[in-house]
Amino acid sequence: MSKFLNFIIFFFSIVLIVLSISSKAQSNDYITIASTTSTRDSGLFGAILPIFTKSSGIRVRVIAAGTGQAIKIAENGDADVLFVHHKESEQSFINAGFGVKRYDVMYNDFVVIGPNEDPAEISGFNDVVKAFIKIAKTRSVFLSRGDDSGTYKKEQSLWLAGGIDASKYLGSWYRKTGSGMGATLNIANAMNGYSLADRGTWLAFKNKKQLKVLVEGDPRLHNSYGAILVNPKRHPHVKSEAGQKLINWLISKEGQNSIKAFEINGKKLFKSYLN
Amino acid sequence: MNVFLDAISLLTTTDSNLLSIVGLSLWVSLIAVFFATLIGIPLGAATSLYEFRGRQFLIVLLNALMGLPPVVVGLIVYLLLSRSGPFGVLGLLFSPTAMIIAQTILIIPIIAALSRQIIDHLWIEYSEQLLSLGATSYRRMKTLIWDGRFSLLTAVLAGFGRAIAEVGAVMIVGGNIDHVTRVMTTSITLEVSRGNLALALGLGIVLITLSLSINAIAYLLKEFAESRQI
Amino acid sequence: MILKSIPILSLNNVCYEASGKQLIKKLSCQFMAGPRCVIIGPNGAGKSILLKLCHRLLNPSQGHIQWYDEKGNKSNSIINQAMVFQRPVMLRRTAAANVDYALSLRGLNKIQRKARTEEVLKLTGLTHLGHFSARVLSFGEQQKLALARAWALRPKILFLDEPTASLDPSATFEIEKVINAIHNSGTQIIMTTHDLAQAKRLADEVLFLHRGQILENSLASTFFAGPTNKFAQAFLKGDLLVWDQKEVKIQGR
Repeated sequence: MSKFLNFIIFFFSIVLIVLSISSKAQSNDYITIASTTSTRDSGLFGAILPIFTKSSGIRVRVIAAGTGQAIKIAENGDADVLFVHHKESEQSFINAGFGVKRYDVMYNDFVVIGPNEDPAEISGFNDVVKAFIKIAKTRSVFLSRGDDSGTYKKEQSLWLAGGIDASKYLGSWYRKTGSGMGATLNIANAMNGYSLADRGTWLAFKNKKQLKVLVEGDPRLHNSYGAILVNPKRHPHVKSEAGQKLINWLISKEGQNSIKAFEINGKKLFKSYLN
Repeated sequence: MNVFLDAISLLTTTDSNLLSIVGLSLWVSLIAVFFATLIGIPLGAATSLYEFRGRQFLIVLLNALMGLPPVVVGLIVYLLLSRSGPFGVLGLLFSPTAMIIAQTILIIPIIAALSRQIIDHLWIEYSEQLLSLGATSYRRMKTLIWDGRFSLLTAVLAGFGRAIAEVGAVMIVGGNIDHVTRVMTTSITLEVSRGNLALALGLGIVLITLSLSINAIAYLLKEFAESRQI
Repeated sequence: MILKSIPILSLNNVCYEASGKQLIKKLSCQFMAGPRCVIIGPNGAGKSILLKLCHRLLNPSQGHIQWYDEKGNKSNSIINQAMVFQRPVMLRRTAAANVDYALSLRGLNKIQRKARTEEVLKLTGLTHLGHFSARVLSFGEQQKLALARAWALRPKILFLDEPTASLDPSATFEIEKVINAIHNSGTQIIMTTHDLAQAKRLADEVLFLHRGQILENSLASTFFAGPTNKFAQAFLKGDLLVWDQKEVKIQGR
């Protein structure tokens, strides 16, 4: 019996060694990109990255987390490229020496979504800050991401612009989910509440039910996505060459065209900076 | 009810992606259970049978660690395997290997604590005879583990159940990367966040069915072996 | 041929205490090589405990137990002993494997183990059951197997704690046959029983134990003809020896 057990242990040790060796052998033909759940949930990566892989032979592994977590992953050197949508955080990232340079890749906008009944009566507002003030005044349920994401930071800046300290109302009409955009939208759905969402996630979201877009178009809702190569001087193991290839492709004509071409139900999610 | 029907139909039309996700889930959890068993059963048995300082403390610790939150394990393993962490040079983060490591750590206490309890019971039955025959502590351990193999299988299954069902650890250390580290539980989370509730439910049904099947197989094997008195 | 009386085991003022109770009280006696020694007494007398003390499964709280080697000299090294309990404890493996296991603990190699296993299985009439799982054997067969396992170790002393208490008469007969065979092969038999008839059948020497003390120790023939101790007499007669905090009362017809 013990001989049999010895054999099993031996066999699995071999398996594990082979596994780790084989994963090392493939190490040169993939890069890791840290991005946001919003971007992934929109479906963009699934659509454009295969095109990049086809032409370059480099596979891309996408780690999607909240913007804050994605930046932390990149700071730790666990990713080669950072792709998020909060310019200020991205700039701090570079200033601290973790990133090389920020490239504008694409943009879209944020939208304020809310229930069909629209108790705060903000539908069609052109001024998003006024809409936020109205939501606060009517004490309508508002679901906030409450994480370190770009969306959350945008939302915070809008409350600030309206002179409202939303955190005072935590637990009453202002609720933090601490989750990704999709989860937050699910909750907004269930609670018939308002929320701020990026258009990409919103268009791809399949559980809209009673929710719809109520406020859009305000220039303050502009949402810009940037790609940054993680600084190889800080993290020598970063696959800088392959990473830069990805960034170059994203801003190239082919990359931008594929971004422009991406749509859901006939609606385009992202706009290109290239004209 | 609608959601359930949608779920089933979605699954039948879905691509081979589903198979690779199921395959990866099984691969990660089964290997984790294998290593956790290799470590956990002797650990539990030794805690039961050997006298040493801190033994009571270890028993309490193992029992407490059965309730280790998966997400905490995931976080700790992430910090260890991160490039900025002590084992960063191995480059194991965001790979199935990292997931295996995290799940192994997660379920070792479960298997060890349950094994200890099982061996405790066996010792009550066997102690006089084994002492009379003059078995050393080491031999006692080997003998009781082998004699208690059917009961210990239950402990192993408990560990497997925890592994296959957890999402916190594999999400953080695996990253839920498409085609690389995406397993059933992380897929379900993903589809929920996309609002694809029907598909998420379908995946959930597959996961439960899988778990049921494995337990059923184990049960049948055990019955068969016991009836043949193997 | 005159056999010189050689001691094999002696107890000197041995006490055993558990849960605050004195279960064995200042017990002294000596076992000599040769006679089959049967310890009898009512339930709770401490027979099992006495046996386990002699077999080193328990340690005395006070007093000293001395073992002797073949020549009758005091010995501090481990003397080859075995014990059979009231309920046989078999491992989840075949009957033969159970015997093999005991031998492997003694460090015998594969060939030696196989030979001895076959030998004892033959001697106990269990050869045809050797490859069966030990747990499917009948209770009587398992107890015979336990005896075979103990015999395979070629012990100097074999302790038996109520070995046939749970068996029917034919199984009891089989077991007693084996016990006698083991005795004839040179192993010292020290056993306990609460079955007086069995004591009459097997004992060469009788120890009457009651409430942790040896009240009488004599040849079997002497004892069964008429013991001197009053409690032993009462026990033989079939009375119950009941006790409370202060004293023992004899409950007869």
